[in-house]
Amino acid sequence: MESDEVKLQRVPLSQRPEWSDVTPVPQDDGPSPVVPIAYKEEFVETMDYFRAVYLADERSARALRLTAEVIDLNAGNYTVWHFRRSILEALDADLNDELDFIENIARSNSKNYQIWHHRRWVAERLGTDSARKELEFTKNIFSIDAKHYHAWSHRQWVLLALGGWEDELGYCQQLLEEDIFNNSAWNQRFFVITKSPLLGGLEAMRESEVSYTVEAILTYPENESPWRYLRGLYKGDTQSWVNDPQVSSVCLKVLNATNNCMFALSTLLDLLCHGLQPSQEFNDAVDTLKPSGPDQPDSDLVKKVCSILEHIDPIRANYWKWRKSKLSSAT
Amino acid sequence: MDCSAATPTVTQRDQWMVEHQVFQIYDLFASLPRNAKSAMLELQRDNHMEYLTKGLKRLDPSFSVLDANRPWICYWILHAIALLGEYVEPELEDNVIEFLSRCQDPNGGYAGGPGQMPHLATTYAAVNALITVGGERSLSSINREKLYTFLQRMKQPSGAFRMHDAGEIDVRACYTAISVASVLNILDNELVRNVGDYIVSCQTYEGGIAGEPGAEAHGGYTFCGFATMILINEVNRLDLAGLLNWVAFRQSRECGFQGRTNKLVDSCYSFWQGGVFALLQRVHSILDEELGNLHSGGDCTNDSQQTGMTSDISKGEEGSGGTLSQVDETCHSRLGGLNAHSPLNLNSIGYSFIKQPAEEEPLFHSLALQQYILLCAQVMEGGLRDKPGKPRDYYHTCYSLSGLSVCQYSESPDEDSPPLPSAVMGPYSNLLERIHPLFNVVVERYYEAHEFFATL
Repeated sequence: MESDEVKLQRVPLSQRPEWSDVTPVPQDDGPSPVVPIAYKEEFVETMDYFRAVYLADERSARALRLTAEVIDLNAGNYTVWHFRRSILEALDADLNDELDFIENIARSNSKNYQIWHHRRWVAERLGTDSARKELEFTKNIFSIDAKHYHAWSHRQWVLLALGGWEDELGYCQQLLEEDIFNNSAWNQRFFVITKSPLLGGLEAMRESEVSYTVEAILTYPENESPWRYLRGLYKGDTQSWVNDPQVSSVCLKVLNATNNCMFALSTLLDLLCHGLQPSQEFNDAVDTLKPSGPDQPDSDLVKKVCSILEHIDPIRANYWKWRKSKLSSAT
Repeated sequence: MDCSAATPTVTQRDQWMVEHQVFQIYDLFASLPRNAKSAMLELQRDNHMEYLTKGLKRLDPSFSVLDANRPWICYWILHAIALLGEYVEPELEDNVIEFLSRCQDPNGGYAGGPGQMPHLATTYAAVNALITVGGERSLSSINREKLYTFLQRMKQPSGAFRMHDAGEIDVRACYTAISVASVLNILDNELVRNVGDYIVSCQTYEGGIAGEPGAEAHGGYTFCGFATMILINEVNRLDLAGLLNWVAFRQSRECGFQGRTNKLVDSCYSFWQGGVFALLQRVHSILDEELGNLHSGGDCTNDSQQTGMTSDISKGEEGSGGTLSQVDETCHSRLGGLNAHSPLNLNSIGYSFIKQPAEEEPLFHSLALQQYILLCAQVMEGGLRDKPGKPRDYYHTCYSLSGLSVCQYSESPDEDSPPLPSAVMGPYSNLLERIHPLFNVVVERYYEAHEFFATL
């Protein structure tokens, strides 16, 4: 509210009685600066007064208000945020108000490191009581941008530092229902099943997660996210990945049922490289995909897979060729 | 099971909109006669120069939101000019040196502007800008001793770095710290200690690297983390096959790179992801070793850490240091963990890396990426942009051109082999200067700086 009023009818600092004792300090840009910014008058004046209180290390209520004005003009000024924290500490300010302040700033632009670093600092001091509010805060951000990188980092930090894991898997589920292609939500899901103290960890969660992921793959086989997630579910346990019939069977299903078989082939290639003994069904499925042409036929399945990938995924042709060239040492 | 009729999700809708715009451009291009085609592919050098030099001299009020990033603007502009093979007037160069000196903190490091706190990102930008300007006055304006104490102050017990006093900790901070220390010849074991642990903890199940442990694999952080691991000679600790697989899949149908899985194409990733490929071209022996372990039945991530490495990165500098014959042994003892007197010259890794010829062809589609940069990111009036429909800016100009350079030289294993015309999309006059992919400065300017700081 206050900052809106200031914006509407800003009284220059030089005309405000409370600042009459302060001599503004101009920026020392030198006689012929490069990348000089043609600041507006308001920007110059606010920064000049800020410099004065910063240099005097004045940790006062008016200095706190001034930092809000500077941040409103440029939320990327980390020095101001840093100084604001030292003022908040000195004044022993109510940090709940600070949350509202940040929310206001984030409304216009939430994509800078400073806002989030500051938010983390505040939440850390407010402690576990603030967990719910922080989770809600990031939720609001995700309702506008469900892949907001800073907000996801913040949310993970909140969960680890302050708790609030209870509904997290459900929240991931909800976001994925809204947009199954949202890789940030898949990443969060991985974070939850590996880090949540309420769940049993990766191995305990594997079976139900594999079912969920397989279903997602079968719905949209062209969606890379669940394919990567599926591989992730066997992190550090490659042997189980190779041996789990659910993994090879989802590949086979996709190969047989759809035209979007790039990720199925890519997964099959990785499985073969890690020692999967393919059934005849795989040979048959891959044979039907073989590009027609005078190319010399590849003798074994794994080479065939590389050739098909090279053909159907030309933007990665170099990569698939390279993968093929590395096979000789494998077999 | 068939959901093609379902309402598209936000990701699908956004993706289709961008694809539509991009393919419209490609369709138009395909319909043009030959001479119009080559005109469309031509790098508008004069217009880019005009746009860039203008920014050095004056920025309009909208740049106030970048008031804490002015060394970055210097670097984006100066590096882009250097990539074009051009120079700025000597007087303007003097002004750059003078201005950045005003951003240099008396206690070391560079701030986002005069009177602000020193910050690692702007320190990286300032150092790269000064290297790009080159010359003794420029290089000697960097207070290395103070900078070293600044880096020490940013170093955390975990091994990672903070961006500024009481600032955030992330992979960016690690890269900018290690990069400037390496190029200024002040990298030592103390700065390196445990950085590798932190970076390894940021490699995700997808294969790419995140900004912090647990976060999502991301192009910018993947470049930063990967380059850091090379600079500290611990790259074998990453799952390189997984990293390569992830980054290979980031080149999208639109021919450019996306920053994350299922995100939109953006020209700046031409460098962040394209640069990862340039780095990979020189660590293939390590990658092969990981694959060897894989094929002998192990889980490559774990095995490679135990078997150690025989990194070739630091070879090839015979005569300019003399300590490198012991590299292999050092690597093993480093991995053993307890060698206090490492004979490995950490500061020569960047130099040896670029002197060693690339071991492999590029594993991304160089011509496709060049097509995206020239047809979709280039603004004919000057400057480059994220994607069609976005305005140009200095950041995207810098990183699109950096990515374009990576593409053009991707098939030239060393400096003695200039790119063939077939490797350069459009007229051969599109050819940019070569960069050092670990630091992203033009390689000639890097050599000058390396020589300068090696003797200090």
